[in-house]
This record gives sequence, C-alpha cells and structure tokens, in this order.
Amino acid sequence: MSGNSQNINRELSIKSTTENLHQVRNFIREAALDAGIDEQNIGKIILAVDEACTNIIKHAYKYSPEGTIVLSLKANRKKIEIKITDEGEHFNPNIVPDPDIVEFHKQRKVGGLGMFLMKKLMDEVRYNTISSNKNQVVLVKYVS
Amino acid sequence: MVDFSVDTRGSEPVQIIDVKGYLDAHTAPELEGVFNKLIDEKKFQIVVNFSDLTYISSAGLGVFMAYVETMRENNGDIKFSNMNESVYNIFDLLGFPMLYEFYKDEKEAVEKFNQKGK
Repeated sequence: MSGNSQNINRELSIKSTTENLHQVRNFIREAALDAGIDEQNIGKIILAVDEACTNIIKHAYKYSPEGTIVLSLKANRKKIEIKITDEGEHFNPNIVPDPDIVEFHKQRKVGGLGMFLMKKLMDEVRYNTISSNKNQVVLVKYVS
Repeated sequence: MVDFSVDTRGSEPVQIIDVKGYLDAHTAPELEGVFNKLIDEKKFQIVVNFSDLTYISSAGLGVFMAYVETMRENNGDIKFSNMNESVYNIFDLLGFPMLYEFYKDEKEAVEKFNQKGK
C-alpha cells in the first residue's frame, strides 16, 4: 500500500488576521489526511491549531493584521508536530492557570478557554522563546 | 470566505437561532451581533439549533458564556439543540453540560420553555 509511511513536511505562512483561520484549518486537514491520520484525530488537531493561532492574533499581535504567523508541520501516521512561530508580543503561558470549569462559567471568564482546549486535545503543548523577537508554540499529538 | 451564517426565527416568546458552517474567532462577532439585537428586543428565551454547524472553536463557545447570564436574569435561558457529536464533544470538554441544557430536538427545547411559562 502506498502512503503507509508517508512523511509529511510542510510550511504555511499567513498574516495575523482571523480571516485566515480557515486557511490554517484547510492546511492542517490536507497535511494530516496525506499523512494517513484518522478523521477523529484530525478534528482535534485542527481545533488545537486554530486555538493557538487565535491566541497569537489576539494576544501577541493584538488584532493587528500586519504580523506574520508561520506554521511548520511534520507528520506521519503515528505522530504530528506543528510548530507555530510569531514575532509578536512575548506571551507567558504560566500566567494562564487551568480553569476550574464551574468557576469559569460563573465568572463569565472567556479568556483561557483556548489554551485549556489545546492542552486537552494535544499530547504536548510547549512554549519556546526562540530569539528576542520570536515566540514559538509546539503542538504534538501521537495518533496510534 | 468563511462559510458561516446565523439567522433567527420563531414566534414569541421563544426565538430560534440557526447557526450554520464554521463558528470561529472570525465569525463569532456575527453571533454576538444577533444576541445583542435579541437583548435590545427583550427576547431572552433562546434555542440555538446546531443542526448545520460543522465546526466550533472557543471563540464561539465564549459567545454563549458571555450572554447566558443576561438571559437567565431576565427569566430566559440559552438552550442548545440538534448538535452533532463532534461539536458536542467540544462543549463537553469545557464542562457546558453541567450548566446548560442540551436537547436532541429543537421542539423539546422550545417546549421546555413553554412548560416553565405555564
């Protein structure tokens, strides 16, 4: 069978606007399908990457559409790794606690949901500062 | 173009919101606009029909969290119906079933409001 051990290496660069989120989702879907990942996991990966990019647009670039977000993806049937790099404001993930869900709803605290979802949906979520002006979030999921 | 649309329908007092397509950070403001309009019109009993919603991210979920208390403070609520499994799973991950009512069918959700009103 062809495609059994397909190794995928792809990159996508977008401007930091929510209008481009659908492009990010299509990029992830196509690459994950080509890698042979199943539909259910693809759904989870797409949502996690959407949340990561949304956070960058909102917090790192504060909705300025001039920023750049670079996604670099490596995948095979067993594992997918997406590195998402931006040049926006540095973000400290440690100041975002895991929400207590009931309290969260009571306080109508909408922020922080995205990161909570990312951690629930992926196996690894790592934040790196790769240079003085570059931030990176690395999302990993083992799918078999 | 992002594939999303939102429409309202229904007779007084229960209003149905139909959401279709992809509800993300880009399209969530459209849904907020609909809730703002309903509040202006003093319509607080809302059923959101998800039968044609394919995708939701936290930005979409946040809209319901932002408006539900206003509805409840005014004798109303936001109830959900006709949700597919993959969309429901996201609501479930974020604990929504503890605090919101989910119905298989839109009618059941509407009836629930009507029962309460009697």
